[in-house]
Amino acid sequence: MTLFQISEPGESPLPHATRRAVGIDLGTTNSLVATVRNGSPVVLPDVEGRTLLPSVVRYGDRGVDVGHTALAQAASDPGNTFASVKRLMGRGIADLADDRRYPYRLVEGEGMVRLATRSGIKSPVEVSAEILKVLRRRAEGSLGGAIDGAVVTVPAYFDDAQRQATKDAAKLAGLPVLRLLNEPTAAAIAYGLDNASEGTYAVFDLGGGTFDISILRLSRGVFEVLATNGDSALGGDDFDHRVFCWAIEEAGLAPLSAADARRLLTRSREAKEMLTGHDSAPIAAVLSDGTRVDLTLTSTTFTTITGTLVAKTLAPVKRALRDARLEPADIKGVVLVGGATRMPQIRRAVAEFFGQPPLTNLNPDEVVAVGAAIQANKLIGNRERDDDWLLLDVIPLSLGIETMGGLAEKIVPRNSTIPVVRAQDFTTFKDGQTAMALHVVQGEREKVADCRSLARFELRGIPPMVAGAARIRVSFDVDADGLLSVSAREQTTGLEASIAVKPSYGLTDAEIARMLEESFAHAADDAGARALVETRVEAERIVGATESALGADGDLLDAEERAVIEHALTVVRGAATGDDRRALSAAIDALNAATADFAARRMNCSVARALSGRRVDALG
Amino acid sequence: MAITLTESAASHVAAFLSKRGKGVGLRLGVRTSGCSGLAYKLEYADEVRPEDREFESHGVRVIVDPKSLPYLEGMELDFAKEGLNEGFKFNNPNVKDQCGCGESFNV
Repeated sequence: MTLFQISEPGESPLPHATRRAVGIDLGTTNSLVATVRNGSPVVLPDVEGRTLLPSVVRYGDRGVDVGHTALAQAASDPGNTFASVKRLMGRGIADLADDRRYPYRLVEGEGMVRLATRSGIKSPVEVSAEILKVLRRRAEGSLGGAIDGAVVTVPAYFDDAQRQATKDAAKLAGLPVLRLLNEPTAAAIAYGLDNASEGTYAVFDLGGGTFDISILRLSRGVFEVLATNGDSALGGDDFDHRVFCWAIEEAGLAPLSAADARRLLTRSREAKEMLTGHDSAPIAAVLSDGTRVDLTLTSTTFTTITGTLVAKTLAPVKRALRDARLEPADIKGVVLVGGATRMPQIRRAVAEFFGQPPLTNLNPDEVVAVGAAIQANKLIGNRERDDDWLLLDVIPLSLGIETMGGLAEKIVPRNSTIPVVRAQDFTTFKDGQTAMALHVVQGEREKVADCRSLARFELRGIPPMVAGAARIRVSFDVDADGLLSVSAREQTTGLEASIAVKPSYGLTDAEIARMLEESFAHAADDAGARALVETRVEAERIVGATESALGADGDLLDAEERAVIEHALTVVRGAATGDDRRALSAAIDALNAATADFAARRMNCSVARALSGRRVDALG
Repeated sequence: MAITLTESAASHVAAFLSKRGKGVGLRLGVRTSGCSGLAYKLEYADEVRPEDREFESHGVRVIVDPKSLPYLEGMELDFAKEGLNEGFKFNNPNVKDQCGCGESFNV
């Protein structure tokens, strides 16, 4: 039975035409899914009421765990538990800073790094798809059917390969992607800045492990990313670690075992979170050797020990402003994103730097997902009237082609707003040259070897001419998702060749086909898991209905009849905690059978109540 | 006969209206379409037109256009939760049959 949502005036959907759209924040540390319901954006929780899904995937003996369960096992099974995979999306081993150490094993793959797991070699795309699948199922459960479209957010600095990898992950997870949206733009939309007047805004995003600052300009309802900067190794975790180090020093502890270190780190994080609303917080723990740690961290001490971290966020802010050729005073508003921006120390530093208090009335963990949901709702066609905005983003790195001598000729400069089409004319190098190889590259460096190679293609059949006579126009077309196609056209003959830039991280068609095949192979498991969840939901519904019926009309039953129903209820509740769908179905059927007579009696009773005392002619 | 909201439906409508920041009440209606002939309309009301009929239920103004009224008379709007999903439900005594999902119906 469909449940209805309230629409804007004049916009009730046609029957069976409700389009389910979601926004997804696929984060380094946590991921979320949101939708627009009854005209307001809401973040969708899981059955236990949690909105944040830790972006952690574990390949276990008995299948794949995602989120909290995977996180809980990270310590006991570090080699098969994958966190922060977002950092690996579309990256080759050479792209990764070597000093960053991953607790799991990375394998060189064609273009993009791969992960060695118990279940075989996986690409970061496949791991991300596991996270997205969980969010997709959560959304399907909440919205009562298949998702028609999703907006997935990516950092503004993500290059073509990283964007394509994100899109592929969504596709693999069975999510139709409406478009990718830059995270800072999503945050600005969530705050409704798109409805505001013109102005330049800063989005300050301090997550668990990454820091990003973006400068956005809004003019006539259109967002443009002017500049982005950040620190990919700075986040809330570093603040936890400072507190942890302080505690070790203060308590004079010897080097800790892994388990003790984890315990103390957890206490440190809790203390940090408590200081958001209090002046001091206790750090108390008993270590495995019996040592007691009993410290009090004051807000003042915390400010002192984390001062350098706070200062570290401001350097990228200054660089971004310089890139955008702006002063702090030019910024009309500052949006805070990421749980770590709850720290009063951060808020003070931001307020001081920009000379104004930042916007904080939305939950900083949810603001990106909320903005994505609002955008998804509009793109899917559930749009409100009179607002037809489109969003402009920029390309993060220049796009160009290789010219003689291995030099990169930039055709679309960095920070160009997208969608964009740019063309440039080239010519032949040798007399009688009949073909031209085009090598598409991305990056700021002059030498092709230092840029990222995106694609290669050839234009053949150029009529023989003297060198420099042929005119070949090379066009770059970047669409609204930031994805590139390149074409080359010989002007005199109209000869043309083009290429849609392949995922440059090297997921070949064969690999994508294999991944899809695997997903078919696992379709039965997936379907089984889904059926179990559906049955659990049904169990929850019928248990609730029976309980309320017993409460309302329990007097219709004698003690023995009631005991039979109570027993059937207990069986359903028990089976609902297990994994055996058949047993649960059987228990539900038994409960249905046990209550059939009761339901009939209730029905008769309520009809009798409704009819009593009314004249026959008032009926019907 | 009146059109009513259950207490739960009314409190949800009131909450959504205040979150939306504007609107005078809830507009219910029907239109022809769908696999079983008629389909519900459930919308925020920003204005009351002169021909509209108006009801009040648990403090929420319910607005219905006169053409829709015969199909809706005596109905009750409920708010229901089914697992993770939640939303409004039409308990309409005029309905003779409806499609499987209840999005369209016949009287």
